[in-house]
Amino acid sequence: MADLHLPSTLPPLFAGLPRRLELDVATVGDALDELDRRWPGLRDRLCEPGPALRQHIHVYVDRRRAQLDTELEARSRVDVITAISGG
Amino acid sequence: MSRTVLIVGTRKGCFLLESDEARRDWELRGPFCEGWPVYHAIHDAGSGTVYAAAASEWLGSSVWRSHDLGETWQQSSEGLGYGDGEGGLKLSKVSGLTARDGRLFAGAEMPGVFESRDGGETWSLLTTLDGQPGREEWNDPANQPPGHLGVPAILPHPDDAARYWAVVQGIGIFETTDDAASWTPRNRGLRADWPREHEEIGFCVHKLVMSPADSDRLYQQNHVGVHRSDDAGVSWTEITEGLPSEFGFAAAAHPHDRDTFYVIPLDAGHGRCMPEGSAAVWRTRDAGASWQRLSDGLPQRDAHVGVLREGMAIDGHERPGLYFGTSTGQLFASADEGESWSELASYLPGITSVEVAVLD
Repeated sequence: MADLHLPSTLPPLFAGLPRRLELDVATVGDALDELDRRWPGLRDRLCEPGPALRQHIHVYVDRRRAQLDTELEARSRVDVITAISGG
Repeated sequence: MSRTVLIVGTRKGCFLLESDEARRDWELRGPFCEGWPVYHAIHDAGSGTVYAAAASEWLGSSVWRSHDLGETWQQSSEGLGYGDGEGGLKLSKVSGLTARDGRLFAGAEMPGVFESRDGGETWSLLTTLDGQPGREEWNDPANQPPGHLGVPAILPHPDDAARYWAVVQGIGIFETTDDAASWTPRNRGLRADWPREHEEIGFCVHKLVMSPADSDRLYQQNHVGVHRSDDAGVSWTEITEGLPSEFGFAAAAHPHDRDTFYVIPLDAGHGRCMPEGSAAVWRTRDAGASWQRLSDGLPQRDAHVGVLREGMAIDGHERPGLYFGTSTGQLFASADEGESWSELASYLPGITSVEVAVLD
């Protein structure tokens, strides 16, 4: 089970969405698919058409920068970060 | 007694202000929409829903909706994007919203119009105005101004759901009478101080409004001049003379008198603030033959403020109230058609849009 950590700006948009949850998935893209299945519309917040991660959404798997096709191991930690920008 | 509600879009969320018919005392609530930059927020008189077109720098574009005047909100962007078959178009933001007859229109950049028929839960692409003169060049990066081109506004006809006008930034006005199946440029008589490759387009329309008292009477604040149409946009006559500047963004048509119309002239340079640091709204009561400066209660010195395209609104009361918000966060109101003004809020985030609803 991958250990997924989400940014604080996401839960206010989706009822019942926690900051942290465990998912049994093979890739980062699969994790977002599963999140979108449980909370419809969530993928649109993190991905652009293509699909690709939005410019200012960064995903790290076990502290390494990841993309949608990055594979997850059984105990991987996945951090979804809103990059530092704006003001 | 009726309620008057202001819907204010800002760079850090949406705010609502509520008053009674007298419009003296106001209660402000917000920010809503999680502080996302809001480009245009409206009230749909048909459903009572408040919609806000917003775009988070991180989480993308979406349209928020509240069915209970801001108590609870949802957002959706399902279908709000260009597919692979749209020639590489990319949706960077939703610029303008229009609600009419159970439909919700969203003007977008790159230029296109999306619609929702289920109250903003899902969206579909209505048109990209393909086939219009020069359309293939609209998205050329070399032609993009700093704000990028998009469709900031849809102006609906009050009696014909298949008839409406779309404004394309830097290009001009287009009318459809068959629900977006075909379009006709409606820019004849407009002025442009720059070379244009196509006779019918190349005009910079900032704000297009229709008189609620006469659907043939349109007004517009253009990049160059203020213009009036007496034939629903088929031809235009310039009515700039008497104003301190030909440039501005915001405009409003009086709800009961087709000859009364308001603009906020701005310096045409890069500053785009009210001239000489002195705030004023200008009004014509004779369809543009003459103009009056309305400034009682507005700051008259050191007020270097600007007002954006959707930044002014007028209500439908018997004696209409006028409202405008500045791009630096001051919100002003007049309950007497602009004769006198008061400041409703001084420290909001930069204001992008002001709309008003009168609720029974």
